[in-house]
Amino acid sequence: MTTLALIDYGAGNLVSIGQALELLGADVRLCRRPDELAGVDALVVPGVGASGPAMARLRRQGLHRAIPEAVVRGAWYLGICLGLQLLFERSEEDGARMLGLLPGKVALIPDAPKLPHIGWNGLEPVGQHALLAGIASGTPAYFVHSYVAVPDDEGCVVAETVHGGRFASAVAQDRMLGVQFHPERSGADGLRILANALALIEGRAAAEPSAPAFAAVP
Amino acid sequence: MLLRRVIPCLDVANGRVVKGTRFVDLVDEGDPPELAARYAAAGADELVFLDITAAAQGRATLLDVVERAARRVFIPLTVGGGVRSASDMKSVLRAGADKVAVNTAAVQDPTLIRRCARRFGRQCVVVSIDARVMPDGSGWEVVVRGGRDSTGLDAVAWAQAAVELGAGELLLTSIDRDGTRQGFDLSLLRAVTSVVDVPVIASGGAGSPEDMAAAIVEGGADAVLAASIFHRDIHSIAAVKAALAAAGVPVRLIAAA
Repeated sequence: MTTLALIDYGAGNLVSIGQALELLGADVRLCRRPDELAGVDALVVPGVGASGPAMARLRRQGLHRAIPEAVVRGAWYLGICLGLQLLFERSEEDGARMLGLLPGKVALIPDAPKLPHIGWNGLEPVGQHALLAGIASGTPAYFVHSYVAVPDDEGCVVAETVHGGRFASAVAQDRMLGVQFHPERSGADGLRILANALALIEGRAAAEPSAPAFAAVP
Repeated sequence: MLLRRVIPCLDVANGRVVKGTRFVDLVDEGDPPELAARYAAAGADELVFLDITAAAQGRATLLDVVERAARRVFIPLTVGGGVRSASDMKSVLRAGADKVAVNTAAVQDPTLIRRCARRFGRQCVVVSIDARVMPDGSGWEVVVRGGRDSTGLDAVAWAQAAVELGAGELLLTSIDRDGTRQGFDLSLLRAVTSVVDVPVIASGGAGSPEDMAAAIVEGGADAVLAASIFHRDIHSIAAVKAALAAAGVPVRLIAAA
C-alpha cells in the first residue's frame, strides 16, 4: 500500500483530502514533525490559508527543510492549492519566501474580474500528462484562491484555467505534482485526478477509468 | 469561465436540518450528512451549513455534523453560525469546512474579519449579512442574532466595509424574503453587487428556478442559495440548472442519475 504523509501545519481542511485518498486505497499518515516523513512514498501538502502564516508554521515545525529534503531523497510531492504555490520560490502575498523546489513566483491572478476566484471553472490540459489522464478539456474543478503560481519554466504547466487572465491550474515536474484547484472537492473528476496522482506515485499507468471508488461519486 | 453556483442551504439546529419562516416556526427536515450526500449526488455545486442553535452547548454537535458531512461529500462545504473568534474558525476548518461564515460576531467586532483573513486567507472568510428593508424604505439595515436584533447599520455600507476588512465572499440574505418563496430582493442584490468586487451568494426568497436566474442575471449574484424549495422537493437542482442554462447562465451540468 502506498504510504502518504499528509502534512499538518495547523490550517486547512485535512479531513476531506485524507478521506478522499483513503477512499482511493492509500495509507494516509498525518505528519507534523520532520522525523515522521521517514519512509513515506509521498508528501501531500494541502492548503487553505495565507502564504506568510503557512510558511511561518512550516518553519516552526522544521518542515520547511524536511519537506525539500524528503523530495530530494525521492519522495513524491503532491501540493493542493496553497500546497502547489509552496513549491515555488517566493510569493507576492505577504512577500513570503516559499519552499523553492521549482523556479518561479506566486502572484495574484492577472486581469481577474473578481477575486477571490471562488467556484467551479474549466481545466484545459496542456500536453498529455498522466496526472490528467481521462480529463477532457473544459472539465470543471473547484477553486478557492486569489494567488497562482507563475513558473519560470512554462514546461511544468500541465493544465491551465481562465479567470480573466490565464493561469497554471496544474503543474508537474519530476516527482512534484501540484493542483491549484481542490480535487477532493471536485466530485468524481477530482477523485480521478487524485487516483492518477496515486498511480504515478506507485509507478503504474493512469488510474483505471472504471475504478469503482470514484465511479459512484457525482 | 467561472460557472455560477447553485447552493442548497442546510439550517442546522441541535444537529438536525430545520427550516422555518423568518427564522421561526422550525420544522425538522433530516440528518445533515444524509441530506448533504443527497444534494451532492443531485448536482449541488457547494453546500452551506448554518448552525442556528443559538446556545453554546450546540457547538460540539455542529463540529461533529460538519466532520461527518465532510467525510461523505466531495463538494465544498461552507459553515456558519455562532463563529465568534479566529479559534472557532480554526475548529470549523479542521472539522472539514472549506469556508467559514461569520455574521453577528463580525458586526460586534469587525476586526474579527481581518484577523481571520490574515490567519486563514481571505478566500475562506465569508461574511454573512442578514439585511432587512428599513422601516422608512430608504435602504436596508443589518440585523443580527438570526434576524432578532436590529443594528441600524446600513447593509450596503457594511458589505463594503466587510470586503475592505478581508471578506472573500458575501452571503447576503434578505430577511424580509427568507422562507417566503416570493423571489430574491433584487434591489438589495444589485445595491451590493454593484459596489463590491468579491463573489456574492444570493439568499432569501428563492421560490422558482426563474428567481434563481433573476438573482444572477439581474441581481449580479455569483451563486444562488436556497433551502425549502430543495428540502421539500418543490424544485430539483437539475431543474434550477436547466433554467439557468436556458437563461444563458454558465452552470455545471451533471448527467442525470
